[in-house]
Amino acid sequence: MTVMEQRGAYKPTPPPAWQPRTDPAPLLPDVRPYRVLGTEAAAQADPGLLRRLYAELVRGRRYNAQATALTKQGRLAVYPSSTGQEACEVAAALVLEDRDWLFPSYRDTLAAVARGVDPVQALTLLRGDWHTGYDPREHRVAPLCTPLATQLPHAVGLAHAARLKGDDVVALAMVGDGGSSEGDFHEALNFAAVWQAPVVFLVQNNGFAISVPLAKQTAAPSLAHKAVGYGMPGRLVDGNDAAAVHQVLADAVRRAREGGGPTLVEAITYRVEAHTNADDATRYRGDAEVETWRGHDPIALLEHELTERGLLDEEGIQAARNAAETMAADLRERMNQDPPLDPMDLFAHVYAEPTSQLREQQAQLRAELAAGQEGAH
Amino acid sequence: MTTVALKPATMAQALTRAMRDAMAADPTVHVMGEDVGTLGGVFRVTDGLAKEFGEDRCTDTPLAEAGILGTAVGMAMYGLRPVVEMQFDAFAYPAFEQLISHVSRMRNRTRGAMPLPLTIRVPYGGGIGGVEHHSDSSEAYYMATPGLHVVTPATVADAYGLLRAAIASDDPVVFLEPKRLYWSKDSWNPDDPQTVEPIGRAVVRRSGRSATLITYGPSVPVCLEAAEAAREEGWDLEVVDLRSLVPFDDETVCASVRRTGRAVVVHESGGFGGPGGEIAARVTERCFHCLEAPVLRVAGFDIPYPPPMLERHHLPGVDRILDAVGRLQWEAEG
Repeated sequence: MTVMEQRGAYKPTPPPAWQPRTDPAPLLPDVRPYRVLGTEAAAQADPGLLRRLYAELVRGRRYNAQATALTKQGRLAVYPSSTGQEACEVAAALVLEDRDWLFPSYRDTLAAVARGVDPVQALTLLRGDWHTGYDPREHRVAPLCTPLATQLPHAVGLAHAARLKGDDVVALAMVGDGGSSEGDFHEALNFAAVWQAPVVFLVQNNGFAISVPLAKQTAAPSLAHKAVGYGMPGRLVDGNDAAAVHQVLADAVRRAREGGGPTLVEAITYRVEAHTNADDATRYRGDAEVETWRGHDPIALLEHELTERGLLDEEGIQAARNAAETMAADLRERMNQDPPLDPMDLFAHVYAEPTSQLREQQAQLRAELAAGQEGAH
Repeated sequence: MTTVALKPATMAQALTRAMRDAMAADPTVHVMGEDVGTLGGVFRVTDGLAKEFGEDRCTDTPLAEAGILGTAVGMAMYGLRPVVEMQFDAFAYPAFEQLISHVSRMRNRTRGAMPLPLTIRVPYGGGIGGVEHHSDSSEAYYMATPGLHVVTPATVADAYGLLRAAIASDDPVVFLEPKRLYWSKDSWNPDDPQTVEPIGRAVVRRSGRSATLITYGPSVPVCLEAAEAAREEGWDLEVVDLRSLVPFDDETVCASVRRTGRAVVVHESGGFGGPGGEIAARVTERCFHCLEAPVLRVAGFDIPYPPPMLERHHLPGVDRILDAVGRLQWEAEG
């Protein structure tokens, strides 16, 4: 019987009561990026932490400079520099406990190094002697991830697995503004929120996805606002204020650890260098913009705060620079040695056991290499 | 000698049993996917697992295949052994980036430090009257991705045995389930189910002297039927069930072709760029001097999978197989 036929008998009823599943208001980010340096909050910050952040920032910038120089000398195939973004890199590494996991993108070599990965091993990918140069389990740093945002669901799955096992582990995943447009960004945030996984997502909004500015990337009020759509809190932070980034991330990590679920943090920063050494940034942005950001430099900001408050003197600055120079000299020396290469490694880790097809190809390459050596004699 | 109690069972039941046994034996085995929990999967292959092991072990995920596989990667990185269900062949495509960029190469890129013990179950193939995007044979994509094992059962016993082996494997395995065989019944001894290891061994399903039909998954029963029909024509056909496309069992396949001297590769997947081309090339390279005729292929046409009312014209059937066998240059023998 259709509605028309049963007219008279049909009694319209209201639909079942509906209400939003979560109150969106507490999830909304404060539209003023959170700052510590130069504000009253700075007085509450732990001086020891600030000094440690400073030393790591100085070391990090020197690392970026050295890696860029090594690229020009042909020692690295490519280097995506995080110069100008050191506060995010360093804070992300320092905020985690040993047992936690970091999921870096390809621009986050510095975060991996700040977490303890050997500076040379961290560059294996970019030198090109292998893909991942370190054992991810040693420092709990996932491989530097090139396909954008694809490491985010890994972080969610790992954090979820840890929680299922009853382990007190948090995963922090790093991605850029461009990466926030990828489908994996969306799926990772959605899974994280549904599972209430102990994950923190750190978006470094450095203004550009290679050449494309944020305005062409999203129409969202901010990237942090995207959090609300998934039912997790979004936080905006000044990405060049190391103390602020550390504090916002620490809050998010604590929340995740306590079972409060994931947080999306957007750090407003700027990629001072070009995308990589192969990029020409003058084709898409002006010097004036870059200069403006140099005035809001993460190292200068923290140095200013520390010296103003008498927490750092000329000697301390010099000590940080000297430590950075020592690291750079060691990096230079080790990177100027040719890495050991064994062509037979090509077949070593495709499967637990090579297939018969791979064994045949292995034999072919071995024969080619042997013939080449004979020819050389 | 003990008597075994053989009972009729379906392939779906054997697959369920394989996951259940694996979950009972190893607490790190987790099943996840769309509708796999409360519903038991759209094909009911995960029926009862959530009830028995809890929703943390058999999890209904959000509807997003890249997210399912991507989170499974992270779970495997932490030491779990996820078994992922992709609801249908064509629904697995959103997960391809995770599969190709991460699943297949995590072991390699980390120099063996981080293997991914992951099983990805994919119902595949046609013949069930499925509408668009429900009947693809996607095996060639998986075969073309180094680092993956690609396995497909054709019998009830193999469904159990291969799935247990896949879940136990420390390498990622794409486990292709011929969906039109889900309800095929077979005699099986559920009291003593056998694991099929190692992954990568083909099996001769029917011995014969005249020619070899090389096939796998949903085409195995079709080839066996064709072999029976071929007896009327005087051909005694051998049928090789590959069971595993990667690793590929050159040894068993070539031993058969050397005995018979003739071969036809049969699969639903399209011929151009399909598995048959690779198989024919491998056989030709290794058995050229034993071959009485070129290796032929009977494959799906090189078209998007057809609508259900036309699929019978697309799928390799007995007649098309016998026609190919007839073109194996028998006259040259006389």
